[in-house]
Amino acid sequence: MALLGVERLDARHGLLQAVRGVSFEVAQGETLALVGANGAGKTTLLRTIAGAHKPAGGRILFEGIDVTAIPAYARLRAGIALVPEGRRLFTEMTVKENLLVAGACGRVGPWNLDTVVEAFPLLRRRLASRAGNLSGGEQQATAIGRALMTNPRLLLLDEVSLGLAPIAVEAVYRSLEALIAGGATIVLVEQDINRALAVATRVACMLEGRIILEGRAKEMTREQVTEAYFGLGRARRAAP
Amino acid sequence: MIWVSQLINGVLLGGYYALLACGLSFMFGVMRIINLAHGDLAILAACVAFFMADSAGISPFVAFIGVLPLMAVVGWLLQRGMLERSLRAGILVPLLTTFGLAIVVENGLFEWLGADTRSLAPDIGDFAFDSWAVTGNIYIGWLAALIFAVAVALLGGLKLFLTHTSLGRAIRATAEDPDTAELVGINARSVYATAAAIAVATAGLAGIFLAMRETFTPYSGPTQLIFAFEAVVIGGIGSLSGTLIGGIVLGVAQTFGAQINPQGFLIAGHVVFLAVLAGRLVFAAVRTRGGFHGLFARRS
Amino acid sequence: MSKDSSFVVERWTRLSALSSAAAAVLLVVLALGPWLFAANVVDSFTTLFVYLILAVMWNALAGYAGLVSVGQQAFFGLGAYFAILLSYYGVEVYLALLFGAAIAGLLSVPVSLLMLRLRGGEFAIATWVVAELAHLLVALDPLINGETGVSLIALNAFDPDDRRAYNYWMALAAMVVLLALVFALLRGRVGASVQAIRDDEDAAESVGVGVLAGKRAIFFLAAFGCALAGTLWLATLISFQPQSYFGVQWTAYMIFMVLAGGLGTFEGPILGAVIFFLIEYFFGQTGVWYLAGLGAAAIVFALFLPRGLWGTIEDKLGIRLLPVGYRLRLLRPDMDTDVPGSPAQNAAVLPSQENAKAAIK
Repeated sequence: MALLGVERLDARHGLLQAVRGVSFEVAQGETLALVGANGAGKTTLLRTIAGAHKPAGGRILFEGIDVTAIPAYARLRAGIALVPEGRRLFTEMTVKENLLVAGACGRVGPWNLDTVVEAFPLLRRRLASRAGNLSGGEQQATAIGRALMTNPRLLLLDEVSLGLAPIAVEAVYRSLEALIAGGATIVLVEQDINRALAVATRVACMLEGRIILEGRAKEMTREQVTEAYFGLGRARRAAP
Repeated sequence: MIWVSQLINGVLLGGYYALLACGLSFMFGVMRIINLAHGDLAILAACVAFFMADSAGISPFVAFIGVLPLMAVVGWLLQRGMLERSLRAGILVPLLTTFGLAIVVENGLFEWLGADTRSLAPDIGDFAFDSWAVTGNIYIGWLAALIFAVAVALLGGLKLFLTHTSLGRAIRATAEDPDTAELVGINARSVYATAAAIAVATAGLAGIFLAMRETFTPYSGPTQLIFAFEAVVIGGIGSLSGTLIGGIVLGVAQTFGAQINPQGFLIAGHVVFLAVLAGRLVFAAVRTRGGFHGLFARRS
Repeated sequence: MSKDSSFVVERWTRLSALSSAAAAVLLVVLALGPWLFAANVVDSFTTLFVYLILAVMWNALAGYAGLVSVGQQAFFGLGAYFAILLSYYGVEVYLALLFGAAIAGLLSVPVSLLMLRLRGGEFAIATWVVAELAHLLVALDPLINGETGVSLIALNAFDPDDRRAYNYWMALAAMVVLLALVFALLRGRVGASVQAIRDDEDAAESVGVGVLAGKRAIFFLAAFGCALAGTLWLATLISFQPQSYFGVQWTAYMIFMVLAGGLGTFEGPILGAVIFFLIEYFFGQTGVWYLAGLGAAAIVFALFLPRGLWGTIEDKLGIRLLPVGYRLRLLRPDMDTDVPGSPAQNAAVLPSQENAKAAIK
């Protein structure tokens, strides 16, 4: 049984339909990369899975249980954690408090203040700083660390490299690779096709709210993804 | 010498205002609601304590044990039953509904206890009047000192609670960003209800102390709301230690005003409040728009 | 929409033209009131006109400019106070009533400099503080005798029947002029700008709407209107006690009338004033339960019927009696299906927000 199952999911922003009948599954230990242009519906899809956005139709299954009607905080306690777009740290609180506040609500597991700081060494000296005063890379590390503190079974990452200096992007992705090697299950949204193909086991490409291309990262070429990304040659589909 | 004595009285009175303002400030800080029924809820607690003393002879100090949890429940129900829905309906609606609640509470209390002026002072015996003589003609009232100490303890305790407990951190996180708080596993609805319970319980605490130190009627609430709000604004909205300073400034202004004219008590408080407000706006205008003309310029 | 225009913007509908004509006829009948009605009916109408003025003024503030004031009784009381002052110094008494209101209105200009910088709840309580301060300062004037108050004795020079008629006409004229001013304000540029503020202050500022100027205009008008209501109240009551004129119960009445009738609708507060008048007439003697009931009703309206009785009727039936809004009529038949839930299938009435959204669909 897949860890996450999404069935014919619809999501709207008022009058605009952002996600249209999307279905896919993510197995335990997999890393699925969602790629696509701005406005393709990736962020809305992720937020809907996390419970931050109310779907207009369809179902979300987690470990085979329908969680569609469950509020976000309860989904987190069940093991779905989102690192939201723009990080959304509690800027008035310190880094340590940001981590602790999440840790208090989540599941019990290997991640705690010590292990998160070990995974993101750049946070060690910043624990007492206000989160609003951090650099972009430090903020992103805090945001991922905050999600890890809840010991999620499924980690949803929205554009973790957005707005970061190249060196910070490298650092964030090194940490991600370590997580993936450790057996984490991840769905990540990424604009950069090369990075997505490098880190993910599977790739799904979204266009205008639909998944138009899905397949194993190893079996896909950059050209295939690029075509789908820009909405060219819609008819083609890679082998699942 | 009379001024030193008045200064001390004013500072101690400020402790009461800080206590009264604490819940108002807290609720605004967490939920962005200015609860226009805050003063009336304080009077509600005073009325309940009075009823307990009057009908069963329960000491007001014992009444705290019953009334404060009751007020917490009232706050919790208020959030779940009314404020939650108000918040979803837009920024103006909480003002309208809490004002409506104020009218309901005032007139409900009037129906219950009548228009008589009441006080709990007779129920606490000498404690209401006794004082320490510091020097020949400077006295510190026991009750005023107790209220000041409780206010400092409450504000300090609340600050420690918010920084050092996981519930406190959850409240701060929810206050800053309720949507993201849900994403880290915080049930924002129940955090809001908890915050409302705390805020209304502290209003009840202040209300009972008010009833001990002076008289009240079912219609005393609006005045208390205004005092609380003045203390909050003078001290800076959202700052707990600022609330204590704001309360003290208000208390000192009022006692000095009363020294000049019997009506000066209220007038001086209102004038200081408006002056602080005006001063802050002029200061902001000068700083951001580079001159006094900025105060009159249209925002661009 | 440049060449292939698919909608027309209308101001007048047949219904609004018809009802405007009916309003004109009603006005003529009302103007003849003192000759047509019994004395107590004339007095009742005068009271109703005062309530109506208060409701319309508070709605202009809260419903259109997004300013929830808990302190309009400041101007209500100050208008009456200045009228007494002017009369005491020899001004003809009915002129004193008018100029008293004007002075209180002008006083709102310096007050607005401070108040309009505040938002939401801060504005609400700060206006309340201003009202309390005005109350205390007025009570300090030896002429007023503290809370004991004073009477506008100059009014006693008139025959009671004449005075009743004058009060009635003055109240009617004040109501009509103030309604017309609000109407003109809402139809003009200021109307568009202040409604933009109510809907979203930051957005209104970013598109360069003169937010502060619009708010100031409304604040001044509402202060003057409430002051005039205060002097009219003085004219009917003759006596002035600071406590009753500066009491916060006036705000409670205003909030109830506007919420019951319909916040942010032009006709709503008129309906609300009539409802309040009737409730007071029938239940006013039941003491404070009636006041508690008003508060409870205000809560229920705010939570469950946010557009009040009139707004709900308007939304359900898609009618609008007076041409305050614009009507956006879609012409392309294929777009009809895209306007579900709009009042009259293919018509949407602006500026109602919900309908505007439906029209974009």
